[in-house]
Amino acid sequence: MTPASATEATPVVSVRDLRVRFATREGTVHAVNGVSFDLVPGEVLGILGESGSGKSVTLRALMGLLSGSRARVEGEIRVAGLDVGRLTEAETAALRGRTIAMIFQEPMLTLDPIYTIGEQIEETIIRHEGLSWRAARARALELLEMVQIPDGPRRLKAYPHEMSGGMRQRAMMAIALSCRPAVLLADEPTTALDVTVQIQILLLLRKLQREFGMAVIFVTHDVGVSDEIADRLAVMYAGRFVETGPMDAVIRAPRHPYTQGLLTSSVHGSFRDHRLEAIPGMPPALSELSPGCAFAPRCRHVEDRCVAADPPEYRVAPDHAARCVRASDGSLPVFGTATATLSPAEGERAG
Amino acid sequence: MTAAPLVSVRNLTKHFPVKGGVFRRTQGVVQAVDALAFDLLPGETLGVVGESGCGKSTMARLLMRLTEPDAGEVRFAGEAIGGRAGLSLRDLRRRMQMVFQDSYASLNPRLPVVMSVAYGPFAHGVRRAKALERAATLLEAVGLEPGLFAHRYPHQLSGGQRQRVNIARALAIEPRVVILDEAVSALDKSVAAQVLNLLVDLKERFRLTYLFISHDLGVVRYLSDRVLVMYLGKVVEVGPVAEVWAHPRHPYTRALLAAMPTMDPSRRTTEALVSGDPPNPINPPSGCRFRTRCRFAEEVCARREPPLSTLPDATDHTAACHMLAPDTGHSLAPAGGARESR
Amino acid sequence: MSDSTVLTLPSPEAALLLARRGRGYWKNVWARLREDKITIAVIVVLVAIILSAVLAPFLTPHDPLTTSVLKRLKPIGTEGHWLGTDEIGRDLWARMVYGGRLSLLCGVLPVAVALVVGGTLGVVAGFAGGVVNSAIMRSMDVLYAFPSILLAIAICGILGSGIGNTILALSVTFIPPLVRISEAVTTQVRSLDFVEAARASGSRTTLILRYHILNNVLGPILVYATSLISISIILASGLSFLGLGVTPPSAEWGLMLNNLRQAIWVNPLVAALPGAMIFLTSMCFNLTSDGIRQAMDVRL
Repeated sequence: MTPASATEATPVVSVRDLRVRFATREGTVHAVNGVSFDLVPGEVLGILGESGSGKSVTLRALMGLLSGSRARVEGEIRVAGLDVGRLTEAETAALRGRTIAMIFQEPMLTLDPIYTIGEQIEETIIRHEGLSWRAARARALELLEMVQIPDGPRRLKAYPHEMSGGMRQRAMMAIALSCRPAVLLADEPTTALDVTVQIQILLLLRKLQREFGMAVIFVTHDVGVSDEIADRLAVMYAGRFVETGPMDAVIRAPRHPYTQGLLTSSVHGSFRDHRLEAIPGMPPALSELSPGCAFAPRCRHVEDRCVAADPPEYRVAPDHAARCVRASDGSLPVFGTATATLSPAEGERAG
Repeated sequence: MTAAPLVSVRNLTKHFPVKGGVFRRTQGVVQAVDALAFDLLPGETLGVVGESGCGKSTMARLLMRLTEPDAGEVRFAGEAIGGRAGLSLRDLRRRMQMVFQDSYASLNPRLPVVMSVAYGPFAHGVRRAKALERAATLLEAVGLEPGLFAHRYPHQLSGGQRQRVNIARALAIEPRVVILDEAVSALDKSVAAQVLNLLVDLKERFRLTYLFISHDLGVVRYLSDRVLVMYLGKVVEVGPVAEVWAHPRHPYTRALLAAMPTMDPSRRTTEALVSGDPPNPINPPSGCRFRTRCRFAEEVCARREPPLSTLPDATDHTAACHMLAPDTGHSLAPAGGARESR
Repeated sequence: MSDSTVLTLPSPEAALLLARRGRGYWKNVWARLREDKITIAVIVVLVAIILSAVLAPFLTPHDPLTTSVLKRLKPIGTEGHWLGTDEIGRDLWARMVYGGRLSLLCGVLPVAVALVVGGTLGVVAGFAGGVVNSAIMRSMDVLYAFPSILLAIAICGILGSGIGNTILALSVTFIPPLVRISEAVTTQVRSLDFVEAARASGSRTTLILRYHILNNVLGPILVYATSLISISIILASGLSFLGLGVTPPSAEWGLMLNNLRQAIWVNPLVAALPGAMIFLTSMCFNLTSDGIRQAMDVRL
């Protein structure tokens, strides 16, 4: 099933029908259930989903981090033309860092506490590009400057626990970008940061992405954050993309009831006497998925045919798709609260 | 401010010594909360915002007296807390309750939830049967059908359901004030919306007063009547929420609001108004604590700490900034006299 | 988490009754335990050993104290004495099962006493903190400085041998480790949010201890105590072996091991039997407590 894509350029990441299952004591967990998308160079794809939607697992599958007896990965993943599933462990390791890199939510957990920042950056450079120690150090200093960490020479000798949260996140970005990868995966990198730091990191990420022409996949649970960073948005629910499209189109005119629910239940721009239209119920447990639309139990527009079979992807526009049976035949009521969530008339921006 | 405040805080201070080295000497002091002063009016929702290290959680614990303050006074409905003539801790906690952030850790994993909710009244002398009955009623009030949920253990509930139990638990003692310390921060956005709706309903039904602490500006703005902005243990701005959002005056408040995502892809944020990370509360800057990140900082800001003063063109809106009060010595300060209020 | 049966309850008390029957923590532990075949097998063996000690009179017609010069050190399989006889002609099987009574008693009773005394001290120390904690823990440190076997020997040496003194000595030996673990677990639980919430509700300390602390610390403490039983059996046997514990002619495995020492040249299998029994029993207790601990380690 060819996914909606923005342009006709050759995609640097191409995923077809990705399925990931975990075998646990309580049964099989279907973390990812048929995800397909293309990512062209220079594009930022935002994956929006709540906990348990499978978004982090998708990223890890792209990096080839899901090998092992407990995970079964099916489907095709192509990164820079290479089929990630067919590579050996050594080849995948060579791919990571050089072609595809990742930054995580908790830098404190992913940075090695017993090595300095400088050592960790240089290690990546030396390993992938075979430079000398001296050249690697020079490149590390450049990188620190690029991620706006002041006082580079001193910071190179700092340990992760000596830095603040925002600094650590920048350091992690420096490590990830050290070999100028073509693809950057970001797994909720700003979720644990204060809001004033978050905006700095987002701006930095945008700047670097433009400079390097990287393709970025940015996973988050915050609509506002994905709004600030992504060109295209994929909304994920129960292991599937339920809606994909340009950011503008999805935010202003969402076609899937889940996306609509996310937007109406968002506090942004709402006033207290305007009741939040919350989505009832809870996300489903991924070990107990029933056939048909996974959102059906919580959907206010549900009909019998929604649970009968998996809803197909419906093309709203050439680059905008929604996985909803009712959207496909136009029987879904038009989304009316689009204006409430956008408030350019707020005028309450700084100053 | 016509009504008498329900909770009145003056000069509240808490410093934590940092011990280190071979002899465990005090190497520094974390000035978590410093000379804090504000009022909580009956029936309102006061939102408290700030980033990590601003002291909002410490403030909540000081109000509940889970930690003893180093200095300062808290009054509940005019009565002082502690001391011989004042309100005992037990009585205070019957009037003021708290909902914590971590919904799972807040519940005893070995007790069924109805027991967790009934424990409060039971501890205050209500007979066991009546306490359980009240617990069941409250579970229903928070949207958890007692027949289905009373006998469950915390690990059998979702995050949102657990937080509802925590809210029921706080209400079981029939308090007048509920402090919500990041109560929805750990929940998924769609679940948080349900809980927010519930909080609004409960406030009306039980005639409560809320102190809502959060780092999420959107949620605070949605829920609050007035908002109080904290930075490094100090209050920097207080005012009605619509007013503060429309006309933020303190540079930190402005930076905070500017950092919020716009939710409008066509008008993305292009610059951050403040750089760097929130500093360490150990040994904060002299004078105005925000001056190290403020683009308007001048010499007077390092010399003198700006007091919280009413803004010239508003009655209810106060801010602590030399730029905004007249005759402070700051180049941007307006001229003319103004009342100084705490 | 899906409970589709909606129950209409007549009263909240009924809800509480249902809570007791609900799928609580211990039910979960039991369910996991059932799946652990090895632990179940071990528990069966342990129960068999305990039962054989309790039902000793029914398992053998012989008296463990009757000697017979003619039938000394008969090998295994002798007619009438299926496990042979010891060095003064007493039936070994009879001595084994009767001996089990004393050995098991010396294993379980000291731990039980230490659990009550040490557990209480530890919980108090853990919950109170501060000076009380220091006072209790430092006193225990003094006792802890001695290796347990030396401590037991010293106490028995002072008090004299005999089963009562053995049990007393072993109890004292086990109090410090139990205090230590109770204090550690209590300190950990005390700092958890729900205990703080209980404090914040204005509750008195005794109620908090009863409803929030105890039910959370008892589990780990009991598991640790169970693992001490095997050590207690070995220590008791050791004391008897050294002549400081149970006095002859009582049947007790350690004592039997001592008496049969010379017999190892003549009839090694018979001589090794008491030792094998000690080994088997303490292994079973160990594995049982391990299995229970694993089952309790439920990621809730």
